[in-house]
Amino acid sequence: MKQIIKYIAIDILRNKIVLGYTLFLLLLSVGVFNLEDNSTKGLLSLLNIILIIVPLVSMLFSVIYVYNSAEFLELLVSQPLKRNSIWLSLCIVLASAMALSFFVGAGIPILIYQPSGTGLMMMATGILLSVIFVMIAMLTAVKTRDKAKGIGLAILLWLFFSLLFDGLVLFLLFQFADYPLEKIMIAMSMLNPIDLSRILILLKMDVSALMGYTGAVFRNFFGTEIGLILSFIVLVIWILVPASLSIRTFNRKDL
Amino acid sequence: MIVASHVSKKFGTLEALSDVSFTCNRGECIALIGPNGSGKTTLIKCILGMVVCSGGSISFNGKMILNDWQYRAQIGYMPQTGRYPDNMSIGQVISMMKDIRKADPVKIDDELIEKFGLSSMMNKRMRTLSGGTRQKVSAALAFLFNPEVLILDEPTAGLDPVASEILKAKIITQSKRGKLIMITSHVLSELDDLVTQVIYMQEGKLCFHKRIEDLRKDTGQNKLSKAIATVMLSLNP
Repeated sequence: MKQIIKYIAIDILRNKIVLGYTLFLLLLSVGVFNLEDNSTKGLLSLLNIILIIVPLVSMLFSVIYVYNSAEFLELLVSQPLKRNSIWLSLCIVLASAMALSFFVGAGIPILIYQPSGTGLMMMATGILLSVIFVMIAMLTAVKTRDKAKGIGLAILLWLFFSLLFDGLVLFLLFQFADYPLEKIMIAMSMLNPIDLSRILILLKMDVSALMGYTGAVFRNFFGTEIGLILSFIVLVIWILVPASLSIRTFNRKDL
Repeated sequence: MIVASHVSKKFGTLEALSDVSFTCNRGECIALIGPNGSGKTTLIKCILGMVVCSGGSISFNGKMILNDWQYRAQIGYMPQTGRYPDNMSIGQVISMMKDIRKADPVKIDDELIEKFGLSSMMNKRMRTLSGGTRQKVSAALAFLFNPEVLILDEPTAGLDPVASEILKAKIITQSKRGKLIMITSHVLSELDDLVTQVIYMQEGKLCFHKRIEDLRKDTGQNKLSKAIATVMLSLNP
């Protein structure tokens, strides 16, 4: 397993895209913090950009990388290696590459400009989001044989999690406006890692006071320690479930 | 050494292999022959565990290969079309394989690397190689670790006459050392002086598995290509 990780890591390091992504994030976060005179405002602007970009890049890069290394996987599978460890190494390397890029590109500027609880929360959720979307991407890539279909599905999933899901929630809210939906909303937010991250970060900021009654209910849940721990457990489940599903699929896949 | 019993494989509705059973032993050199799409490559991939059979089982040295992986250390595999990571050089691919296989340096057999002249182009990237050179790399890798079993899928396709003679000589010496060798090829004339047994497949089914002397006797033909042609005609009149 160590050897496989080594060779995949060398290959990814040679890839300019990871470096480019890191530099882009760095430019973006330093730029945003310098544009706003108030660094909390800067954090809010950064939040919206990061919640869009981090999942998209993590997902697309991983999917394309897996398809491009099809030959490499084929070569490894015909060697005396466990399939589990081949796929797991790929997952680990991709996830750590994306998480490290995020940490260097966005995490360090956040720590410099806004070393508060909010900043720390944003860094933690950003790293978790990177890993979650790498795992979702791995699952899409292993499930679909066709490259175009796989990349298309990845984009669709990203669109779902970052836009369509919110639309669906709004639709439900308006349809059932007569009923008390606050508790259900908390459960719904667990179904989307991006929403969950957004709520976690927003509640750390003062703007949550503007969110009205729902905001108060959210604060009551996510503001407590149990709520916080529970949400992080949910985020970890979002990593583990796609990862184990993709490993199981890869073990039975015909190459 | 390799025992397949009632192996079947379906790709969707297409039945690539149906109820294939055979036994191969050390020292045999087996030709896997059949028309295009008869399931030869699928069968080989099943043995290597690259394709998971939908029914039946394969055992290697008495152990089931399902969920096992160590047995592959004893197999040298040369694929039909060698596909390697594009931005690695020949030298990197070879050293990576040595690293992965944790090869014993004493057992390394780099004769083919020398004879194919690969050592002079170790720095060339895989992407820039011609199909023939890629085949040479595949062949060199298959023989590199001195494995007990060699599985060669269309070994001479794309090789120039000199290289294919070198490879044939190598196959013969390995076969004489008591190794199990499985070859698929469409160029039957070059199998004549190599093989001891013939497995003939058609539409995913194993039609027969015979020693080459028996095949010659049964068909009355001395050349393998003529003998197989006679069989094919008798199967599809």
